[in-house]
Amino acid sequence: MSGGNGTTGTGGRALFGPRFGRNLRAIGGVLLSLGLTLLGLLLITFIIGRIMPIDPVLKVVGDRATQAQYDAAYQAMGLDRPLWEQFLRYITDVVQGNFGRSISTGHPVAEDLKRVFPATVELATLGTLIGVLVGVPLGVIAAARRGGWIDQIARVVALVGYSVPIFWLGLMGLLLFYGILGWVGGPGRQGIIYDGMVPTVTGMILIDSLLAGDWGAFRDAFSHIILPASLLGYFSLAYISRMTRSFMLEQLSAEYIITARVKGMTERRVIWRHAFRNIMVPLITVIALSFASLLEGSVLTEIVFSWPGLGQYITKALLAGDMNAVLGGTVVIGTCFILLNLLSDILYRVLDPRSG
Amino acid sequence: MTQRFTLRAILLASALAVAPAAMAETPADVLVVAAQIDDIISLDPAQAFEFSGIDVTNNLYDRLVDFDPMDLKAGIKPSLAESWEVSEDGKTITLTMREGVKFQSGNPVRAEDAAWSLQRAVKLNLSPAFILNQFGFTPENVDQMITADGNKLVLKLDQPYAQSFVLNCLAASVGSVIDKETAMQHAEGDDFGHAWLNTNSAGSGPYSLAGWRPNEQVQFAVNEGYWQGAPAMKRVIVRHVQESSAQRLLLEQGDIDVARNLSPTDVDGISGNDKLAVQDELRGHILYMGLSQKDPLLQKPEVVEAMKYLVDYQGMEGSFLKGQWKIHQNFLPEGYLGASEDNPWTYDVAKAKQILTDAGVTSGTVKTMVRDIPEYLNVAQALQASMAEVGLTLEIQQMTGAQVLDAYRARQVPIFIGEWGPDYSDPNTNASTFAINPNNADDAKLSQLAWRNSWAVPEDMNKATIAATLEGDTDKRVQMYLDLQQEYREIAPIIPLFQKVQQSVMQKNIQHWTAGGSVSNVFYRQVTKG
Repeated sequence: MSGGNGTTGTGGRALFGPRFGRNLRAIGGVLLSLGLTLLGLLLITFIIGRIMPIDPVLKVVGDRATQAQYDAAYQAMGLDRPLWEQFLRYITDVVQGNFGRSISTGHPVAEDLKRVFPATVELATLGTLIGVLVGVPLGVIAAARRGGWIDQIARVVALVGYSVPIFWLGLMGLLLFYGILGWVGGPGRQGIIYDGMVPTVTGMILIDSLLAGDWGAFRDAFSHIILPASLLGYFSLAYISRMTRSFMLEQLSAEYIITARVKGMTERRVIWRHAFRNIMVPLITVIALSFASLLEGSVLTEIVFSWPGLGQYITKALLAGDMNAVLGGTVVIGTCFILLNLLSDILYRVLDPRSG
Repeated sequence: MTQRFTLRAILLASALAVAPAAMAETPADVLVVAAQIDDIISLDPAQAFEFSGIDVTNNLYDRLVDFDPMDLKAGIKPSLAESWEVSEDGKTITLTMREGVKFQSGNPVRAEDAAWSLQRAVKLNLSPAFILNQFGFTPENVDQMITADGNKLVLKLDQPYAQSFVLNCLAASVGSVIDKETAMQHAEGDDFGHAWLNTNSAGSGPYSLAGWRPNEQVQFAVNEGYWQGAPAMKRVIVRHVQESSAQRLLLEQGDIDVARNLSPTDVDGISGNDKLAVQDELRGHILYMGLSQKDPLLQKPEVVEAMKYLVDYQGMEGSFLKGQWKIHQNFLPEGYLGASEDNPWTYDVAKAKQILTDAGVTSGTVKTMVRDIPEYLNVAQALQASMAEVGLTLEIQQMTGAQVLDAYRARQVPIFIGEWGPDYSDPNTNASTFAINPNNADDAKLSQLAWRNSWAVPEDMNKATIAATLEGDTDKRVQMYLDLQQEYREIAPIIPLFQKVQQSVMQKNIQHWTAGGSVSNVFYRQVTKG
């Protein structure tokens, strides 16, 4: 730090200097790719939605409307404009934070999403947590004791998880654990008594009830979420355990493992410290993908358990030709996918110094 | 050690969290209903038109005249209007408002509120507006046609309509009386408070809207000061439960009081449960078969005649429609003014074959587009089998509801199998769609069922249908509808088959439940728990 002219400037340059520029560029790149991906996603969704043979106007004016009423609504919804103009208008609105109004719920889409998305996140997170906590150890042990009884069990578990329809499993689960045993709460997110008792902060009832310190509400919400979350957890477990097993098998046959064993390390150490460490990067991708698929793809679970989540919301909107809602939901899911991707990228760097 | 400890802690925590819930029971003053309510798009009476939507508005608002939930058969009774009189020329109806009734806001219910509510419905011109517009109201003239004078509401009509017709229309959800002052405080632009009323209530009804979360639930809070007495149920919660089996489980566990959408299988399944009761209620829906008069085969009157004998009415009623639909071969549902109880057709393949042979029809192919609802598909398949016996081939094309509706609106469905639900409690609601077709041209784009089936209704039937709306003498009016339906059975290519029976399943202690019969919608205010 020499010279008197602008010490702070030099200091600042030293601190933020070339790295600052690089970070800025990296952030800019991420934002740009986020924007472009979303734009492409929206364009495709928009076009599919508009060429679908479903008439959104009927949803608004009803089947009994006169032609004049129908035409008025058709124009009010901007459907008489060329497609590109409709799309442009929509994008302009979205950029200004206006997602429009849903014609299938009568509410602003942003408000709907604020309600349904936390419900889905809550369920998918718990489901993935279960999938990881059970699936990863199961996969590791199955690989370590290849051909052993745990491996066989893991295989059956995964096979059943892949092949049994979630709809059926959900109903059977409800019948057994709710109907016969009475261990868990029924369909819905909360019991009637607790409904609306906890102030909404995050929209995730488990967290909100903890924030409010209301244990009764937490227990109630937990008893309602545990069954659908276990079910989703089971399906992600099936996938995660199979992938973990094959990653582990690949590592365990590598030479460095033999070296480690020859050195006389305990088997436990070989598996967890050496082999498992090396599968963490691909495993993160698997877990992120499985989480993302639970975010958008648990429609049937949501229906069986009367869970007012995002999957149901988008599906219903799509069937009604309710494009504002579909596109709004697409933005949310698309953003989630991109952010999850980004997160796993960052985790790669943390876990694997080589991919800096 | 630590690991084991954590595991045990987790197990213990989850065991505590999911400790067996005792057989639940809903609180004594709360009514919990499970239903499919994902069709609601608005709770503003000027827009609400879906089944679940008007089930809600029916309990938030009062109308000028209404049905008594304890005695639906008695027909229209005074409500916010305590009396009315018709002018000599039959073109002016003056209703006198009941004194001393207050909105939930505390504002008095005035003739001005009633006039404003009807005017705004006409001006907003949304789905149900046509119910009022039948009397000649338009957004331009309605301020002159509907006026308030002190505590009197004056309706000027363009024709001397039957009093019963006008009153029945005023009893529809679109006739709800809204608190003008409260609604206008929330008006945006010239929407008369529409955006706000979509998700809020401002009525004088037995309940106010405590919350509506789309596809999730609607909650009602009691109006303790309700002018007909405070309801016993202080809170009503209607939860959206899509699956019949989930509704059934909730009911069996005692977590809900009433399940409204149990499938026949699930209704059978609970028949042995002595804690539950099934209530059958005839609703207004008619399941019918429309034979498009554009189709060269179906154009032949003999084919239309034969089709009436190719439906296995009894067989269907006793099997896949069991408990859900009742044989009914007229376009006016039982419970309506002028409804006919004549069901002359029976399943008679030999007779159908004879009719066709006499007409020289021995073979032919025709298509049906059916919505993917099991009942409709079953009807179509049964029909396919019986048509095959007389040499006719029925091609069944299965579609989503929206697709069928699109094709039907474009007059492209040769055989339509589906249902029609009345829009208000007057016989004209069905007569004006089944038995009238002002213009049979393709480009007329009308919404009448007769038009959609490309049936040019004979001019005398068109006239008779209109005349029935103008007949002041109710007995004569009834006879006109009976005559109309008799002629309809003889000539129409639209064949009513069944009327809907709704099965509500509830806990034994629920009393006075009604889904509204064929003429109205669900009422909660009279429900009690024994």
